[in-house]
Amino acid sequence: MSEEGKRALILVGGYGTRLRPLTLSRPKPLVEFANKPILLHQIEALVDAGVTEVILAVSYRAKQMEEELTVEAAKLGITIVFSHETEPMGTAGPIALAREHLSKSTKPFFVLNSDIICDFPFRELAKFHEGHGKEGTIVVTKVEEPSKYGVVVYDQNNCIESFVEKPQEFISNKINAGLYILNPSVIDRIELRPTSIEKEVFPFMATDKQLYAFELQGFWMDVGQPKDFLTGMCLYLNHLRETNSQKLYKGPGVVGNVLVDPTAKIGSNCQIGPNVTIGPGVVIEDGVCIKRSTILRGAVVCSNSWLESCIVGWKCHVGKWVRMEGSTVLGEDVIVKDETYINGGQVLPHKSIATSVPEPQIIM
Amino acid sequence: MLKAVILIGGPQKGTRFRPLSLDIPKPLFPIAGLPLVQHLIEACVANEGLSEILLIGFYPSAQIQPFANEMQQIYNVTIKYLQEFTALGTAGGLYHFRDQIRFGNPEGFFLMNGDVCSDFPLKELYEFHKQKKALVTIMGTEATRHQSLNYGCIVTNRETNEMTHYVEKPSSYVSTLINCGVYVCSPDIFHTIGAVNNELQERYRNGYMNGTREAGYIQLEQEILAPLAGTGQIFVLPVVNWWSQIKSAGSAIYANRHYLQLYKTKFPERLARSKGQGETCTIYPDVHVDPTAVIHPSAVLGPNVSVGPGATVGAGTRLKESIVLRDASIDDRSLVMHSIIGRGSHVGRWTRVEGTPSDPDPNKPFTKMENPPLFNKDGRLNPSITIVGCSVSVPSETILLNSIVLPNKELSRSIKNEIIL
Repeated sequence: MSEEGKRALILVGGYGTRLRPLTLSRPKPLVEFANKPILLHQIEALVDAGVTEVILAVSYRAKQMEEELTVEAAKLGITIVFSHETEPMGTAGPIALAREHLSKSTKPFFVLNSDIICDFPFRELAKFHEGHGKEGTIVVTKVEEPSKYGVVVYDQNNCIESFVEKPQEFISNKINAGLYILNPSVIDRIELRPTSIEKEVFPFMATDKQLYAFELQGFWMDVGQPKDFLTGMCLYLNHLRETNSQKLYKGPGVVGNVLVDPTAKIGSNCQIGPNVTIGPGVVIEDGVCIKRSTILRGAVVCSNSWLESCIVGWKCHVGKWVRMEGSTVLGEDVIVKDETYINGGQVLPHKSIATSVPEPQIIM
Repeated sequence: MLKAVILIGGPQKGTRFRPLSLDIPKPLFPIAGLPLVQHLIEACVANEGLSEILLIGFYPSAQIQPFANEMQQIYNVTIKYLQEFTALGTAGGLYHFRDQIRFGNPEGFFLMNGDVCSDFPLKELYEFHKQKKALVTIMGTEATRHQSLNYGCIVTNRETNEMTHYVEKPSSYVSTLINCGVYVCSPDIFHTIGAVNNELQERYRNGYMNGTREAGYIQLEQEILAPLAGTGQIFVLPVVNWWSQIKSAGSAIYANRHYLQLYKTKFPERLARSKGQGETCTIYPDVHVDPTAVIHPSAVLGPNVSVGPGATVGAGTRLKESIVLRDASIDDRSLVMHSIIGRGSHVGRWTRVEGTPSDPDPNKPFTKMENPPLFNKDGRLNPSITIVGCSVSVPSETILLNSIVLPNKELSRSIKNEIIL
């Protein structure tokens, strides 16, 4: 397969309600994961694997996304096509909708769920797919508790036999990782209506022995909700330590893997890390302790505060002697007054919090 | 010549003040840097002609005597501890030590419950007592209708201020004028107590008491004051001065605030001054810091904070609405609010120790401190101030919220709404 003209479809989809309140201000694919929009992690990996055309299946906030991504596309020298859904099309519908773009050539194309973070193996995936010569390949990843997911069962040649939803007895610990490579012939298997690729397309391909499993090496996380977003960040920073450790921040008071934008300012007597991402223009005042958290662009954390497992939204202001923990997510431009305690709070944008929230709660 | 008698109770009393009273008798618990009962002593010695203060209680002598000696040194007035052999009730103890009290023929004596806090208007009370030629004068104050049921309720003749009716903790509304537990007594009161005592002894000998109480046990309120209502011998001076009882540990922080406030006019030298005025850290008044405590210059203290001798407060640490006792240490960048940190306890860095205040509603006139039970009807802990008993260690980066930790405990995790035995 030539390096030219590779295409990929990213299922951007809906409102990103699971990542609210962040997605009230910014479409989910543009929310920064480890200081880079989630979608860019995927697009850059696709470009590395020779993809020149990326089709984004979008149904919501397309305008903001178009504006920002057109700039990125120019930088990367690729074409980004927006395939607009007038109604949510599920996970297979968008493929049918983008038939025009995807069937331009006979070469296989990549399909990605947009919430996935891993060490994207697109080159190896394409090679594996070419090797078995059938219609499709699913990337599978190993999980500890398969009963929470749908598992994939395949033979020793990696040919998929069946899919089992939430198995009660152990039959496999491999789950669908949300990354595929498919031949254009698969488009003919999909009707142009809202439909699910996992339930209405893959099982039939498996029956026809046309679907293979590619085992993912290394970390994998669906970062579509705050808790997993933070877990995924830990895995990603650890991966960065192993592959590209000069990108990690080194400075006084830093513990473990920490990513800090060069335009961020960190005061004295702080303890930052392990597993912290600090975005551009962020100000961390003196004597602050932050663990396992993401601080997004332009936020300020004042002196002597303590944060663990938090996502602090853009331009937030966190006062002095504040304690935040328990997957607290602050939406854009939230003010947390001095000496407040927030545990598991999900705070909608532009709120001002003056009294403590000791138990998990949504603050409208 | 005048005397004062302060009833300080004993170890079986004041249990609602636990765990703070587990290692120190409640009357010696420091409020605004001074033992609770020292504030009473200070109010007494301010009266001209007062020559002797008698502390009556049933704590072992070893626990109170050194304090009495120290007080005598400081105030240059005879101060004695008289130990009851057993709890004799508010009048029983008084009667048991009647000879000591009457010795030297005082014209009268102040009688105070040891667990009250106030800006005691003792001079006015004594002047009023003399003017009325009363046998007993009671300091009274206004309570809300609802809260009055927890106190001794008094009805008076509005013109003469004579007490016409008295009920201790009535089950239905009687009056919003309540007994503050502060009195002036004429020595003749011992005739009345003597007569009641003889009657009780008679009944005791005849077995009527059925062993339910000690011989010599007499309650001042129910057995002496109530029967004297309407006899023209008991008068009540209603006052508007700040007044509160210390029952639960939560009331200690409330009392601390008011005593600090009183320091502003009476003892300004006891208050910490703000940065630039000679003090080294940031102070939001009112704050009392013992001279031997070590406070980092970047710490921020107040309002309503007392820090005891030998305590240390680290860099960037914030204390508000709290009492830090002797030799306790709080490391860098922690926050302590609405809490009491016990003697010799240690709080790590970036730790949050927080309680829920139970102060009276300032918008409701005459509201007193509520002393809610530990648990509500559903068996859940009522949110209250956080109390860290003595020699407890609270680890770094944890939160201790609305909890009570008994002495000598090494915590290893965050604690919320729990009692740690």
